[in-house]
Amino acid sequence: MSVENTVTTKTSSELVNRDKPIKVKPLNKVTIVIRLTLLSLVLLSIYGFLTFDYKDVGLIEGIAASIANFRVMFTEAHFSHFNFLEGLHQVFITIGLALLTTLIGAIISLFLGLFAAQNLSTVRVSNMIKSFVAFIRAVPTVLWVLIFAVSAGLGSVAAVIGMTFHSVGYLIKAYSESFEELDEGVIEALRASGANWWQIVWQAVIPSTITYLVSWSFLRFEINFGVAVAMGAAAGAGGIGYDMFMASTFYLDLREVGTITFYILIFAILLEVVAIRIKRHLKTV
Amino acid sequence: MTMLLELHDVSKQYGNNTIALSDVNFSVREGEFVSVIGPSGAGKSTLLRCINRMIDASNGEIVFDGVNALGLKRKELRNLRTKIGIIFQHYNLVDRLSVIENILHGRLGYKSAITGALGIYSREEKEQALKLLNILGLEDQVYKRSDQLSGGQKQRVGIARALIQNPKMLLCDEPIASLDPNASKVIMDYLKDISKSMGITVLINLHQVDVALKYSDRIIGVSKGSVVYDGSPRHITKEEIHHIYGSEAGDLIMDLGEDTDYAG
Amino acid sequence: MQDKFFLKKRLNSILLFCFFLAITYGAIIITEYNVMDGFTSVPEAFRWGISNFYPTQSSLEKLPNIMEKLIETLLISIASATIAGIFALIFAIFGSNTTKINTFFATISRFIATLFRNIDVAVWSMILLFSFGQSALTGYFALFFVSFGFLTRAFIETIDEVSNNSVEALRATGASYSSIVIHSVIPSSAPQMLSWLLFMIETNIRSATLVGILTGTGIGFSFDLYYKSLDYNSASLVVVTIVIAILLLESLSNYIRRVIL
Ligand SMILES: Nc1ncnc2c1ncn2[C@@H]1O[C@H](COP(=O)(O)OP(=O)(O)OP(=O)(O)O)[C@@H](O)[C@H]1O
Ligand SMILES: [Mg+2]
Repeated sequence: MSVENTVTTKTSSELVNRDKPIKVKPLNKVTIVIRLTLLSLVLLSIYGFLTFDYKDVGLIEGIAASIANFRVMFTEAHFSHFNFLEGLHQVFITIGLALLTTLIGAIISLFLGLFAAQNLSTVRVSNMIKSFVAFIRAVPTVLWVLIFAVSAGLGSVAAVIGMTFHSVGYLIKAYSESFEELDEGVIEALRASGANWWQIVWQAVIPSTITYLVSWSFLRFEINFGVAVAMGAAAGAGGIGYDMFMASTFYLDLREVGTITFYILIFAILLEVVAIRIKRHLKTV
Repeated sequence: MTMLLELHDVSKQYGNNTIALSDVNFSVREGEFVSVIGPSGAGKSTLLRCINRMIDASNGEIVFDGVNALGLKRKELRNLRTKIGIIFQHYNLVDRLSVIENILHGRLGYKSAITGALGIYSREEKEQALKLLNILGLEDQVYKRSDQLSGGQKQRVGIARALIQNPKMLLCDEPIASLDPNASKVIMDYLKDISKSMGITVLINLHQVDVALKYSDRIIGVSKGSVVYDGSPRHITKEEIHHIYGSEAGDLIMDLGEDTDYAG
Repeated sequence: MQDKFFLKKRLNSILLFCFFLAITYGAIIITEYNVMDGFTSVPEAFRWGISNFYPTQSSLEKLPNIMEKLIETLLISIASATIAGIFALIFAIFGSNTTKINTFFATISRFIATLFRNIDVAVWSMILLFSFGQSALTGYFALFFVSFGFLTRAFIETIDEVSNNSVEALRATGASYSSIVIHSVIPSSAPQMLSWLLFMIETNIRSATLVGILTGTGIGFSFDLYYKSLDYNSASLVVVTIVIAILLLESLSNYIRRVIL
């Protein structure tokens, strides 16, 4: 085959119509959907800005005030209602909440996640669990906590149960999707050798997915740390979040808010670094 | 004949202890078809990428078309790169864009930041793209998304993208390593034809010794970062191939190469 | 040899189990969590919920009011995620290893994103309460900051995953930096980025409820109001509307994801 040959047998003029411009960007469904979505988001944002309830707070003054506040918070942070060690103690309470809810959530989710995975369960059971879980996730965590607080009282019990609820909703989805990605052949091999369901789960399913399970669980732990801070502030769950709430809405002490922000920031970054380490480690194993 | 490319004592060191290239010297004449062969990790990819400064060589001198590539500033470097087309093993197309958009990417080097960013192509450029598609037998795939193409078709898009640059030289880094024998032959034939009919110089990394011997005007053997063979494919001996690849692998390669017509 | 292998494996499992037991115990002590109450209060809460926590005819009258707040909250969530997405795109391009201009800018941009992401949305809203008060802007900025931090990281990962090869090809043609970004990075990563943006909006609606409770705005404020006045029927109606909104939004974005990814 020769280049000259190809050129002469099929001239480019067949393709090029002299009058029409040559289009370069073909419109397909994907492009259209992406553009429509983006356009709607931008229009909705603009509409939002036009209709928000600003309560006479000017955007520019607000931003200027915020910047001034940030400077005070971060450069003049101080202790007034608690000392360094007490603050640390409060952070550990928050971490304890996150830990407890993640662990309990992980155990419950592991079992329900097995039944929610389509390749390990029946379609009906799987769909039932999945839609129930979608409902659990749709209710914001703070509402779960507050709903539980009516009968259990505000405090760690309501916080732990409410946060566990939401963690379960999140982890069942994550776990069951990891199980579903498992190679069908692995399960088949064990089934062919006469293994029963639990044996397959313990010997094949969990060992092959453990890395995903661990990284999802730790990710949830990271999220739960933030949630635990929020629950301390919004639902009386104690910990550093509660101090934050007091400092900002009762004492109006910007400098102490700064101190608390430092505590939260440092621990959150620490968790993120560990999570990245775990993820990287698991990738190489 | 003039020399299009000259390398003088080119070295490249990664980090503190990986020496990928050491004192490489060779030159390529205009219109020549040169294959670089050598074992994995010998430094072939590094060598190719040093030429248009995708990687900066640590030492030495690279003269392309009378210009010292290592001394160039940003603007001049972009200018140099437009004159050298690269063809990659994994095609490196923008999957979500159409075939013709991918090909026109080859023109971006000629554009100012603004016209380039806006993707404004002239009618001539578009016509040239269609012509190249025709030459490469892709006339039915113009508006297809490039991730819907087969490997061989993707590589032809890669070639078209390089050709629309109007390059003086093509650098090909294992262009057929991911293709089946049929598609490989099609790609190699195209490259050879392009080199002949358009007078474009080709420097190509290959893992298939028989293919290299069949298509090239000249073979450069690289081993552990040094050029250990530089000469015609006709005169290369079994021992020399052993020397390039290390003795054990040599047997396998020569068994493959034995019954091919080296002269092509 | 074999015995040892299995023994070691078992020993490891036991150690791991003890470790988790110990930290669980530690967590229970430090949070003063009452395990017995924890067990008994779940059925109790359900009993209470079934007999008290449902919308009634009279609470339905508050629906227009609730809807108004819900729509405001939805708009805040969308606006904060969208605008944050624009900023995140710029920061991600400077922060990604594939497209960074230099290491200095990359580090700075990653650092800023880390800062914003790791301060929880509840904390942001309490900080911003000082300067914006009970305005919708408090919630907007709190969500904006967190979305910005999160999306920057997500976008950086997307760029690094998706566009490495084609960026190399365009650089080899001599294309300018802006051309490379616009013709290679953006088209390759746009669908994945849009998917993250939709995810962010879903997350923001949940967070907006929390922010509303803390700052007295939007749907969270409605809930808090009914909840504190013990009007559980209306409070449950708020929950129902939120759930419906989130489920609708989720199915819409899942549809979009199916088409574009
Ligand atoms: N970015 C890099 N950083 C550090 N070391 C590198 C890098 N790229 C290549 N190397 C090292 O340089 C040496 C030469 O690599 P190169 O990719 O050029 O080999 P190659 O001949 O192309 O191999 P192959 O045939 O497998 O593609 C190898 O030892 C490799 O490990
Ligand atoms: Mg290579």
